Amino acid sequence: MTVHSKASESEVPALEVSGLVKDFHSGGLFSRTTVRALGGVDLSIGRGEIVALVGESGSGKSTLARCIARLEKPTAGKILLDGVNVLKRDRFQASKDYRAQLQMVFQDPFGSLNPVHRIGHFLTRSLALHGKAGNPAELRGRLDGLMTTVGLTPDMLNSYPHELSGGQRQRVAIARALAVEPEVILADEPTSMLDVSVRIGILNLLRGLRDRQGISMLYITHDLASARYLADRIAVMFAGELVEEGESLDLLANPAHPYTRLLVSAVPDPARTGSYDPSARAALRAAVMEPASCAYDGDPQQPCSATAPVRHQVGDPANRHWVRCHLYRPASAAAGNALATDALEDAHQDESRKAAVASA
Amino acid sequence: MTVSQTSPGSHQPVLEIQDLTVKYRGDTRSTTAVDRVSFSIGTGEIFGLAGESGCGKSTIANAIMRLLRDPAEIAGGSIRFGGKDVLALGKEELRRFRWQDVAMVFQSAMNSLNPVMTIGDQIVDIYTTHAGYSRKESLRRAAELLELVRIDPARLKSYPHQLSGGMRQRAVIAMAVALKPSLLILDEPTTALDVVVQQEIMAQIKELQHQLGFSVLFITHDMSLMVELSHRMAVMYGGRIVETAKAKDIHAAPRHPYTQALMGAFPPLTGPRVPLTGLADGVKFSNIADLQEETPGHFVAPLPADQSAVLEGARS
Repeated sequence: MTVHSKASESEVPALEVSGLVKDFHSGGLFSRTTVRALGGVDLSIGRGEIVALVGESGSGKSTLARCIARLEKPTAGKILLDGVNVLKRDRFQASKDYRAQLQMVFQDPFGSLNPVHRIGHFLTRSLALHGKAGNPAELRGRLDGLMTTVGLTPDMLNSYPHELSGGQRQRVAIARALAVEPEVILADEPTSMLDVSVRIGILNLLRGLRDRQGISMLYITHDLASARYLADRIAVMFAGELVEEGESLDLLANPAHPYTRLLVSAVPDPARTGSYDPSARAALRAAVMEPASCAYDGDPQQPCSATAPVRHQVGDPANRHWVRCHLYRPASAAAGNALATDALEDAHQDESRKAAVASA
Repeated sequence: MTVSQTSPGSHQPVLEIQDLTVKYRGDTRSTTAVDRVSFSIGTGEIFGLAGESGCGKSTIANAIMRLLRDPAEIAGGSIRFGGKDVLALGKEELRRFRWQDVAMVFQSAMNSLNPVMTIGDQIVDIYTTHAGYSRKESLRRAAELLELVRIDPARLKSYPHQLSGGMRQRAVIAMAVALKPSLLILDEPTTALDVVVQQEIMAQIKELQHQLGFSVLFITHDMSLMVELSHRMAVMYGGRIVETAKAKDIHAAPRHPYTQALMGAFPPLTGPRVPLTGLADGVKFSNIADLQEETPGHFVAPLPADQSAVLEGARS
């Protein structure tokens, strides 16, 4: 299995996001509040590369996906496909060209296929809309080809969605995305609603598409184990910003940011013994919430900064592994997730326990 | 078939299920959700029940609690708890049995807290109704209970919406063990939670189990989590148990192809990347035979010859 991406440094990346910001406004005329869901995200995906975006719910990974899919309008920043800023090219909504370059596979294969149509309809429609249907004989050939590519039999073209299992439906959704021959596929938690025994098959299918057709992918997930299995590189998102990125195996073997370490330590792994240490976990949480020091402090090449998101290189440059300087705190703390409240609670508990010990 | 493996703690079983069969009866046809399932859980043992949606694992939990409603009915078999026949309990006995003997935490239990009552009042309610303590005594115990799951007792005055999802789930677990039940049933207790919180909850349960010594029936589809937590486990498919053994043995050498597929769905976090195969779409097992002991303590349902052939074909 090759883990190296086919991208080289000189090539224009298939998809590049730079300085992407998304603010959500709420409240009335006089009490407007703003939540910054994305605080300047830079991410690039090379040709034929699979990049996984991981993070907990509320970290902003789905907002990033929705911005890239042009379902949300970013507040600021650039989205470059093949080096072209698509936000400038198609100002208000995604054009057909954009859809032909980038396709999506969603989480829920039960909701993404209209129940009144046969499978053939979805694929024919995709082909026809993008002028790839051709004459009836060519169309038939393309439909059969698509079905075979995703591991289904052509006779299922006449089936209705309810006649297929969840895994088969997700394969249809992937075939529909493939119909327009996209360069990039955006897969948002494509396996999380499937039965566990068929999940790996979908991951293998996605990997096969990359290997055979060179399609680039952004795989969005909260499951580190599947990200490691599928992706060449992993980017970790916390509170709307990337905190660490690197070659998958290296990143998970040597996580540098406390948040990544927290995520890695939270994955159940029967092979690891004594994997849960409550005090180490509490220390990690505290480190994520209130950084005291940065492990890369004192590096003259990349001096730490509390005001700019410095990226420290981790280990061998070949692994393209960097971690955001840990002293840096984003101005808007969008960490409105469970981590914050629970961390405070733990800290309180530790204090009260210490007090109890002292009085005893 | 009796499953009599050695388990940590005493060999005295707390819960014994024999040939349990549950059917959902319709007007024209009935579906067998649980089909001749037998297992037992020893004192202080954590027993895991793994399987995918629709395999019957939650139906078993509901059958133990006697929570099944029409059209579900227990069509055969027995459930014995500490020697008592659970299926023969009267109304008043059943009320005591639930919560005092066996408590259950549901998948999104954190959403089952009453939103207009403080956490404290909800815990006090348990003590005053079920144990007959005074309000003052109940409050004192409620504070202890929250400390047990590492929640600040000041939170007794909080309403559920003021707590994070993880804290609410911990509060629910605390409430479940309030009356010191001898068996705690956990039905996908962490599925709705983020990964970081998930493992902390599980560690909490393990710690509580250590302190209070209750037995656990742990239901999930997450094999890694199950292997990490359980002493013994069983894998269910289509209402039947296809494999049961010590969790470590199943992790080391899963024998049934379905168990192997479930295991394969969770790639390891360490070591080289190895290609894994899941179950091909549409592969179904039918007529699952009774379990046979393959190695001491490791029971597997043998595959009919024609099914193993189909499986080999699907894999290539």
